[in-house]
Amino acid sequence: MYELIGVTKQYRRGQQRVDALAGVDLTLAQGDRLVIQGPTGGGKSTLLQMLGGLDRPTSGKVLLDGIDLAALSERRLTAVRGQNIGFVFQSFNLIPTLTAQENVETALVPLGGRPAERRDRAAEALESVGLGERRGHLPSELSGGQQQRVAIARALVKRPKVLLADEPTGNLDESMRDEIVELLEGLWQEHGLTFVMVTHDSAIARRAPRLATIRKGRITIKENRAAAGENRSASPDPVDA
Amino acid sequence: MFFTYLRRELRRRRKAALVVASGLALGIALVIVVNSVSSGMNQAQGKVLESLYGLGTDLTVTKAQERPEDGAAPQRPRFEFKGKEEGEEQSSDRLMVQGFQTLADSTVATVGRQPGVDRAVGGLSLVNLKINGEFARGKIQRAQPQPAQPGTGNGGTGNGGSGGGSGPGDTVTGGGAAFDVDSFTLYGTDVTAPDLGPLTTSTVSQGRTFKTTETDAKVAVVDSAYAQKQGLALGDELTVKGVKFEVIGIATADRGQAAAQVYLPLKQAQTLSASAAEITTIYVKATDSTRIDAVKTAIQKNVTGTTVTTSADLAQTVSGSLDTASDLASDVGKWLSYAVLLAAVLVAGLLTSSAVTRRVREFGTLKALGWTSGRVTRQVVGEALVNGVIGGALGIAVGLAGAYAVTAASPTLTAELGSSGGAFGGGRGGMIFGGGPAGTAAGKTVDIALSAPVSVTTVGLAVLLALGGGLVAGAFGAWRASRLRPADALRRVE
Ligand SMILES: Nc1ncnc2c1ncn2[C@@H]1O[C@H](COP(=O)(O)OP(=O)(O)O)[C@@H](O)[C@H]1O
Ligand SMILES: [Mg+2]
Repeated sequence: MYELIGVTKQYRRGQQRVDALAGVDLTLAQGDRLVIQGPTGGGKSTLLQMLGGLDRPTSGKVLLDGIDLAALSERRLTAVRGQNIGFVFQSFNLIPTLTAQENVETALVPLGGRPAERRDRAAEALESVGLGERRGHLPSELSGGQQQRVAIARALVKRPKVLLADEPTGNLDESMRDEIVELLEGLWQEHGLTFVMVTHDSAIARRAPRLATIRKGRITIKENRAAAGENRSASPDPVDA
Repeated sequence: MFFTYLRRELRRRRKAALVVASGLALGIALVIVVNSVSSGMNQAQGKVLESLYGLGTDLTVTKAQERPEDGAAPQRPRFEFKGKEEGEEQSSDRLMVQGFQTLADSTVATVGRQPGVDRAVGGLSLVNLKINGEFARGKIQRAQPQPAQPGTGNGGTGNGGSGGGSGPGDTVTGGGAAFDVDSFTLYGTDVTAPDLGPLTTSTVSQGRTFKTTETDAKVAVVDSAYAQKQGLALGDELTVKGVKFEVIGIATADRGQAAAQVYLPLKQAQTLSASAAEITTIYVKATDSTRIDAVKTAIQKNVTGTTVTTSADLAQTVSGSLDTASDLASDVGKWLSYAVLLAAVLVAGLLTSSAVTRRVREFGTLKALGWTSGRVTRQVVGEALVNGVIGGALGIAVGLAGAYAVTAASPTLTAELGSSGGAFGGGRGGMIFGGGPAGTAAGKTVDIALSAPVSVTTVGLAVLLALGGGLVAGAFGAWRASRLRPADALRRVE
């Protein structure tokens, strides 16, 4: 499904050049689950942006089902994001003026379709994250955990192939973290998604079948034999960089 | 989604929206008030001009000023006092054409046939000058040729200068005179057209006006001020150059001074002044009052030797507080209101743009969800447009209230009409006023109450400005929004 070949990303900060990604190779199969760890500033978010088509690499290829996202036009790339990729952010990134229901609907806007159909699908998605009763609430009227559930419903309502989560529990209390992680893992299993999650939570990392660590823009991948049973479609030869 | 999102955003950011909207509102209200006051000024000027020419006159046609031939003195009245003994009382009664320039009667019909002319009516403006007094004859010295002195006749008091018979270069010494001058203005009106021409500036307050059959009757309508001064009443007899006329009506000027002191049927005026089949001014009503300039051009082209004067031309001779206020409204006021509006639009733009900056993460998230740049931009522009519409509505309300307040207060403005060259109406005066009732127009002062009528055009302009302002503000935001990278959504919260 995913094949990253020699991906680099450089940022310019004044005169300084920052190598956020310094040559990353990575292969992910459909249904894979990858957990990414690493120090702050290591390049985790940058890698997620490459996977999600939010930004283009400085060099290298990001193949999604054989299509190089780095070479797509802005319009095509936007369409790929709209159809295939679901995002969950650390700070939820809900639209503060829209209700839970409307926030979920925003993900369906790029797909077109009738408003009534959008409403039904959004309601269904909210039901599946256990927030059926809170549809009409504004984000400010929901707890952090509930807001992140809305964000998860928003990411999954369009039934994407890929779910990308950047520290989804980073802004949550300990009690809510497990709840959210369980929800994400459950949904991953249920929908057969390719799921990439950045986390600082070592408990989660320990459970992950494949664990990537990014340090100074370089990636190392470790198969976790203890959790291997959970990995339904392990990639035969993980690439180290 | 577009409208839901729009509604929610505007409700949440009420305060910011209100700031943007009130800025635009202020600018738009100013534009409305200034525009309305300005058109009130125009109306006031129109009323002033109406008091000169009468209702319905769009333009006047007079004989083109002939350039005086080289060396020839400009035409001026001549008085001859001959064959009388020194010290004997003498008197002269002269009836002169105002401006000395006349057109043939037939020109009225020619002008009437021009495209865009609804009706044309001719009239004859005259000045009657009666002089009574004594002369001491001076001695003429023909020794030294000297440059000609300009004749008498400026302002109506003689000084016993070069009378008839003395040649250029001669000097008169020892001459002297003491005499009274009594002058009044006459207007020969076309009685068959009672609704066009100078008489329409007055209302007949006693008696009646001319019947359309009284084309050559010995009847007169007298201005009330003159009647009072001369002790004339209805039914009295008025003598002009030895001819007696019955006073059938007393007319009162609607505004300021009357166009003439005595009105006679045109034919009578022509006979008295020995200018048969001649007129001084043609009063023209156009079929379409918005196409007066075209009519002016047509007449000037097709009827040679004429000067065509429109209300707009006349307006340039108006001075006084009306003129000052009018200049203020049309120059400073307009400039100021547009400057305020421009500032408001810029502020609205900057606020919109900074609002987008504050919402970087929000728009970045939407882009990450697959919203196109266009969709995000539309949202931003939509919000700015609604701000513009709210500002426009507010501005129109405030502007209408302001215009209403001006109309309610109706401050009085004074208009002075450009002065012409004294009682004789002279060449110069004739030029400005087209040889019309020049004498009476001289230094004429009219008081006008100012109103501020709001036209549909003004409101339409305000709506356009509001939408334009909203669009410009939106463009600022759109420019900012279109440059957002979806990756911004993933940025850490600062
Ligand atoms: N937009 C940007 N401009 C400049 N430097 C950036 C930008 N985004 C990230 N970086 C830099 O790239 C490096 C990797 O950042 P990031 O991928 O966010 O790290 P992580 O998510 O692992 O904390 C850091 O040094 C960061 O400062
Ligand atoms: Mg990060």
